[in-house]
Amino acid sequence: MRITGKHVNYYHICHRKLWLFHSGISFQQTHDHVADGTLLHETAYPQRAQRYREIQIEGIKIDFYDPHDRVVHEIKRSNKMEQASIAQLQYYLLVLERHGVDGPTGLLEYPKIRRTETVVLTDADRFAIGQWEIGIEALVAQPVCLPVINKPFCKNCSYYDFCYSGE
Amino acid sequence: MKKTFYLFNPGRMSRQDNTLKYTAYDEDGADGQTRFLPIEDVADLYVFGSLDANSALYNFLGKHGVSVHFFDYYEHYTGSFMAKEYLLAGKLQVAQTGHYTSPKKRLVLARKLVEGAAFNLLKNLRYYQSRGRQVGEEIAQIELYVAVLPHATSVAEIMGYEGNIRQTYYRCYEQLVSVPGFGFGTRSTQPPQNELNALLSFGNMLCYAACLSQIYHTQLNPTISFLHEPGTRRFSLALDLAEIFKPLLVDRTIFRLLNKKEIQPRDFVRELDGCLLKETGRKTFVRVFEERLKETIQHRRLNRAVSYQHLIKLECYKLTKHLLSIEEFQPFKAWW
Repeated sequence: MRITGKHVNYYHICHRKLWLFHSGISFQQTHDHVADGTLLHETAYPQRAQRYREIQIEGIKIDFYDPHDRVVHEIKRSNKMEQASIAQLQYYLLVLERHGVDGPTGLLEYPKIRRTETVVLTDADRFAIGQWEIGIEALVAQPVCLPVINKPFCKNCSYYDFCYSGE
Repeated sequence: MKKTFYLFNPGRMSRQDNTLKYTAYDEDGADGQTRFLPIEDVADLYVFGSLDANSALYNFLGKHGVSVHFFDYYEHYTGSFMAKEYLLAGKLQVAQTGHYTSPKKRLVLARKLVEGAAFNLLKNLRYYQSRGRQVGEEIAQIELYVAVLPHATSVAEIMGYEGNIRQTYYRCYEQLVSVPGFGFGTRSTQPPQNELNALLSFGNMLCYAACLSQIYHTQLNPTISFLHEPGTRRFSLALDLAEIFKPLLVDRTIFRLLNKKEIQPRDFVRELDGCLLKETGRKTFVRVFEERLKETIQHRRLNRAVSYQHLIKLECYKLTKHLLSIEEFQPFKAWW
């Protein structure tokens, strides 16, 4: 199974969302935040230099990679789910390392609040990511969907109507 | 917000850069007024008039997930151009098929769908009963049919009850329209024999297409249905869902249109073999139907305002959850 950045991100937000997403049930296309995010990606850094590349290895897809400085850039709309964003970026870094890139670093970019956050990998992180991978594999292999987590941030999730509609 | 566009006049739709261009033809067939529709605003197109278009347009529409529904001169739904399925979920497809092939599982869903439909049409009758219409007998009769639903042992039997319920319901139809001059008789289609039947046919078809559009935006397969036999029409799951929403979307619209005299006998054309809505009538109907779809109610579970159109989609979500054994399907029942 190919674990994508989204898998890792959702693993840190909601296991139910991870299960549904992996089962092909997604609501991204119709959610307003997604259109907003796409626009943000297209317009946030128009001055971004030519040397940035989009790369795809295994399941992951990195929008902006700087091969010269070995920096992975990841744009996010907000830092509300920062832990999950960091986890996703760290996973990218580990995949790069596994493919022979020496010491990549990450940069989380929040253009709307004009902030950036550097992300690095420690040995402890490498170990933790291994654990996530095992966790993700186990979760998506479950035959039935996991229960609703009922958190305040559910309201902003594209799965909200799906999870909370009944009767 | 994306909108549904209804094309009544003959004309040509084409792609110009990344925008839709619509040129209406005038009476002599010459080019008339030109309108531009930004593709981002278009949810789907309903074509009633004759439309000239080429494959470049359909490629463009397909890329943006815009479906086009076609209707013939007699206002029958004839087919759709559906953009490539963009939401695919193998797991759900397998589950949906499984629920169709297992008679036991299918029965559960078929029963729920009819229960929902019956509840909503009883709601209509009770509303009018509270306003002094004599429909008590029919209500009691329908309640009897609903009471035996749990004992039904086959989908065919459930379909039978559904037919009985509808027939009893239609018996009240004339009564619910307080304007004289609209007889109902019995339900007749292809072509409808009188004004009320013409309105019903037209409304049901709009409801069917509205359900189909919503199904398209979910991972459900529109061809695999539970109450209706797949293949009754091409997208029979839309027929299943339409059952639940017809009393709220179609019947209520008809009663309003007639009782407020927004549609009158002059909006119909009676021909030897049937009765059809004229263009003026169709436009009025579509306008009010659209208003109805956009109307919102406060959803007591989601705790937010939800339009009728979105309710159809929520119904798809609930069906998905049922099929994936996440949560048992409970049909939408108007709670106000």
